[in-house]
Amino acid sequence: MAPGLIWLTALMIVPCLLIFVLAFYERGIYGGVDWSILTSENIRRAADWLYVSVFIDSARIAGIATLIALLIGYPAAFAIARAPERLQTPLLFMAILPFWTNYLIRTYAWIVLLNPAGLINGALIHLGIISEPLPILYNEFAVILGLVYNYTPFVVLAIYSSLQRLDPSYAEASRDLGASAFTTFVRIILPLTASGVAAGAVFVFVLSIGNFVTPDLLGGGKLQMIGNLIYDQFLTARDWPFGATLSGLLIALMMLALTAQALAAGRARGEHA
Amino acid sequence: MKLRSLGILFASALSIAAGVMPANAEKIVISNWDGYMPKDMAEKFKAETGIDLEVAVHATNEEIMGKVTASGGQGFDVLFVSSPFAEALNQLGLLSPIDAAKIPNLSNLYPEATQLKHDPGNTFSVPYSWGTTGLCYRSDLVKAEPTSWNDLLNPSDDLKGKITMLATDRWLMAAGFLANGMSVNTTDQASLDKVRDQLVATKKSLLAYDDTTFYSKLVSGEASLVHAWDGWCNYGIAENDKIKYVVPKEGSDLWVDTMVITKASANPEGAAKFINFVLKAENGKWVAENIMYKTPNKAGMDSLDKATLEKYPNMAIAPADLLKFEQLRDLGAGMKAFSKTVSEIMAAK
Repeated sequence: MAPGLIWLTALMIVPCLLIFVLAFYERGIYGGVDWSILTSENIRRAADWLYVSVFIDSARIAGIATLIALLIGYPAAFAIARAPERLQTPLLFMAILPFWTNYLIRTYAWIVLLNPAGLINGALIHLGIISEPLPILYNEFAVILGLVYNYTPFVVLAIYSSLQRLDPSYAEASRDLGASAFTTFVRIILPLTASGVAAGAVFVFVLSIGNFVTPDLLGGGKLQMIGNLIYDQFLTARDWPFGATLSGLLIALMMLALTAQALAAGRARGEHA
Repeated sequence: MKLRSLGILFASALSIAAGVMPANAEKIVISNWDGYMPKDMAEKFKAETGIDLEVAVHATNEEIMGKVTASGGQGFDVLFVSSPFAEALNQLGLLSPIDAAKIPNLSNLYPEATQLKHDPGNTFSVPYSWGTTGLCYRSDLVKAEPTSWNDLLNPSDDLKGKITMLATDRWLMAAGFLANGMSVNTTDQASLDKVRDQLVATKKSLLAYDDTTFYSKLVSGEASLVHAWDGWCNYGIAENDKIKYVVPKEGSDLWVDTMVITKASANPEGAAKFINFVLKAENGKWVAENIMYKTPNKAGMDSLDKATLEKYPNMAIAPADLLKFEQLRDLGAGMKAFSKTVSEIMAAK
């Protein structure tokens, strides 16, 4: 207990408190923090439509990425859970295999694939399918693709583990009582794996909304997500207090998502019992 | 328990150090951009002065600025930073004054290099390299050779989606300021708004914002025209001789990358020796040849090959011409409005 508590305090609680405290001061004229005045100016500034719209836009992009990751991840997890026992471990292993390569390298690999002079456009032009390169890099499409690609394995793992716990006799009973496969899935399997879906969704959403590398590389810097905004405040504008304010708001948003997921999981367990 | 393992760590660190370094070896720690000095700098410096050179790298000015403001500069002796950052570090009281008596090779600098607006007389910074920001392009892919910032900001149809701009806030805005004949250090709201509207419009024609790989986008043909620092355009020219560089007719900023000594330096004597070493004539030449940037080291630049200057014409821009351009300065209190404007551009659709 004690080492865990120290870990949590030193690496979670103290930094969060620092962010909270920093948010109430001002940037010094040459960067750094002016500790002489306590102010709520940063909070008011964060309410400016400019920054609110960046939050909304990030949530929208993270939301789309989450939805697509679920649409891909659920059938994949379902297929793995239904595969013969001896194949399940190798299949799961393949799902997480990309994590063995560095995130940046995988992202740069997408640039090689998607750029106007890249492999995909090159092949399509060569085959005469298109004459002008498709705009598939340095835009929102590429950013969402990058997020979905990177985070879908989390969805697969989360949903697989809840499918694994699901007693197959429930589905059998439903079929025996005359329900179609579709009805069985919608009315029995899906509700019983809702906690896995929620866990996977929160994973993707939380990781996506704070991401700044993917918008920078695959979005060509043209798309600003909240992570980029915070990065710019700390590094480019050297305005740590305002960066801290935005970080605090982002942390609050993530806590909200995690709490909602915990509540959903709690309710799902309640129904089980 | 904790103390003991620390003790073991310390003892093993000592024994490693003892194995590698002679007793009471002198050492300095510098931080520079990756690849911004010859790879064998540490060896040559050690051979000449007997001082160990430990090199840390930073990706951006902002990164080293963050490290140094957080630690008061502890652990670093010499930093390579762009002039506005040298200025800010000095204002924050984190730099040591430059003692000209300890750096006799300051006499190798062009006279112009001692008149820089951010630090006349080199009191806290010594220029390492300098140059312009302009347009780097594939002469075989553009219909007409660009001559103006407007060729980038309001590109012709064939260039739409084939141009990139620097993402670093100060240079991004400078392109807009220069196109409108404004100072590169403008902070008044009306001018900021005007330039913002221009840059938001330009954003629709951009392939990407790019600070680090723009020249490879030219080499691959992804981009035809990019906003670039002259020295970095040279990396493209080295790979494809169809790549050219031009300073737009409205002018450029004069950027200066400098060496500064931290106030917290544990070895200020060694730090001064290092700067003196970099300023030696033969080292000035060797630096320019390796990083392909102009250096303010007259002795070094004078000894460059004719062939190098012909291949990279921007290396031959005369110091007197450079000094006609305005330097980026720290914006101080104006930074807030400036940053908000940049966020507005970055967030725009």
